[in-house]
Amino acid sequence: MSNPQHLQYSKDHEWLTAADADGVSTVGITEHAATALGDIVYVQLPAVGDIVTAGETCGELESTKSVSDLYSPASGEVTEVNEAVTDEPGLVNSAAFEGGWLFKLKVSEAPADLLSADEYSEFTKS
Amino acid sequence: MSPRLTALDALHRALGATMTDFAGWDMPLRYGSEREEHLAVRTKAGLFDLSHMGEITVSGPQAGELLDHALVGFISALGVLRARYTMICREDGGILDDLIVYRTAEHEFMVVANASNAQVVLDALTERAAGFDAVVRDDRDAYALLAVQGPEANDILASLTEADLPALKYYALLPATVAGKQVWLARTGYTGEDGFEIFCAPADAEHLWQALTEAGAPRGLVPAGLSCRDTLRLEAGMPLYGHELDTSLTPFDAGLGRVVRFDKTTNGGEFVGRKALEAAAAQAESNPPRKLVGLVSEGKRVPRAEYAVVSAAAEGESTVIGRITSGAPSPTLGKPIAIAYVDAAFAAPGATVAVDVRGKHEPVEVVALPFYKRAR
Repeated sequence: MSNPQHLQYSKDHEWLTAADADGVSTVGITEHAATALGDIVYVQLPAVGDIVTAGETCGELESTKSVSDLYSPASGEVTEVNEAVTDEPGLVNSAAFEGGWLFKLKVSEAPADLLSADEYSEFTKS
Repeated sequence: MSPRLTALDALHRALGATMTDFAGWDMPLRYGSEREEHLAVRTKAGLFDLSHMGEITVSGPQAGELLDHALVGFISALGVLRARYTMICREDGGILDDLIVYRTAEHEFMVVANASNAQVVLDALTERAAGFDAVVRDDRDAYALLAVQGPEANDILASLTEADLPALKYYALLPATVAGKQVWLARTGYTGEDGFEIFCAPADAEHLWQALTEAGAPRGLVPAGLSCRDTLRLEAGMPLYGHELDTSLTPFDAGLGRVVRFDKTTNGGEFVGRKALEAAAAQAESNPPRKLVGLVSEGKRVPRAEYAVVSAAAEGESTVIGRITSGAPSPTLGKPIAIAYVDAAFAAPGATVAVDVRGKHEPVEVVALPFYKRAR
């Protein structure tokens, strides 16, 4: 699977877009993570207005076999959540990098150790 | 220790399977979407590699008597070419494993143990064979095991064998030729669907897999992994060792007391665990301990194994009344389901209890098992 070049990646398998004009980035989980989880059946997202912290739990992803914490790849305030994935969690599997995005974040601080697409591909190879 | 690989390992990888360690074996978890594999087995057919299951052959003039002594079932009364679901218990009645025993000849039986317990079962049978004119043989490496399960299974098999499938009843087996290979063809399975389990030489497994895939593809057959096998058996209310069954429980605790046959006529009616199981049977009758029930949730959060079952949704007013043994989103019902041991007072179908899902109490309804039963 290919990881889009224009995104940044965390070692917890989230992706993050570059900030737009308002300083807002979009967050999702990678295709690699979605595949590892299996069919996702329930997504609990943070609420709009929540302050989230890089590397800390901000929701959960439930698949057929397991439940996993959702981490935020950066710190900031949640400005929007993707209602489409709460209604249809399978979007995270079928369109991890597009329609299956999870929430938008006005980033206050991004960790220095986010990975590029190539670095993330290398990271997930082993 | 590196995991054991089945004879179909290269094929699974070529199919892009997600592999998982299961009881020391590297097994296919799923090939694509486990939900789609599950639904294919319910509506068409699925093809499974179950080569991790542990085959043990017991043969000799007293093979039946040995199994009557070693297991809780009345195995010597089983007809030739018939199969039975049974258990092996400890002296204290605790379940060592649940098994299927196939009678392959007058003096020969194939005992199929769970992968995780195969060595334990082999050791126990070997020890319990002392004094019987019978031989216990480890045949784990002698067989690969494929399963074709689903409403199309019969027609798929029929296109590959001359065997008389209509005459092959549920829980029976036949020596047969399938796609040119000699196999044991059994009408058994763990999905709640009609289907077949095919015990073959490991060297023939790939040929059979390919033949079944070709014959089955037009009928909707897909390769199916252990993940959907688990949701299928859960819907069908079938126990899984390590979840619904373990050494701390007797067959009566698990609601499976019917597998214990106190009416055996061999060995003077004695078998390993008899005394403890009689006590367990009496207690189940007079003062049942926790009962195994089904739970259905109207919510989206899934009750998982080991979560507490509580008496009411209101926190602070509720007490723990049981624990979940297995839980998953049910692809067939479209809602979360679970199996749980709950106090007998809360075990009646229709009762509303709750599950502590990571601190939040989710209401669930108690239902009778199974969740799913195929139309016959």
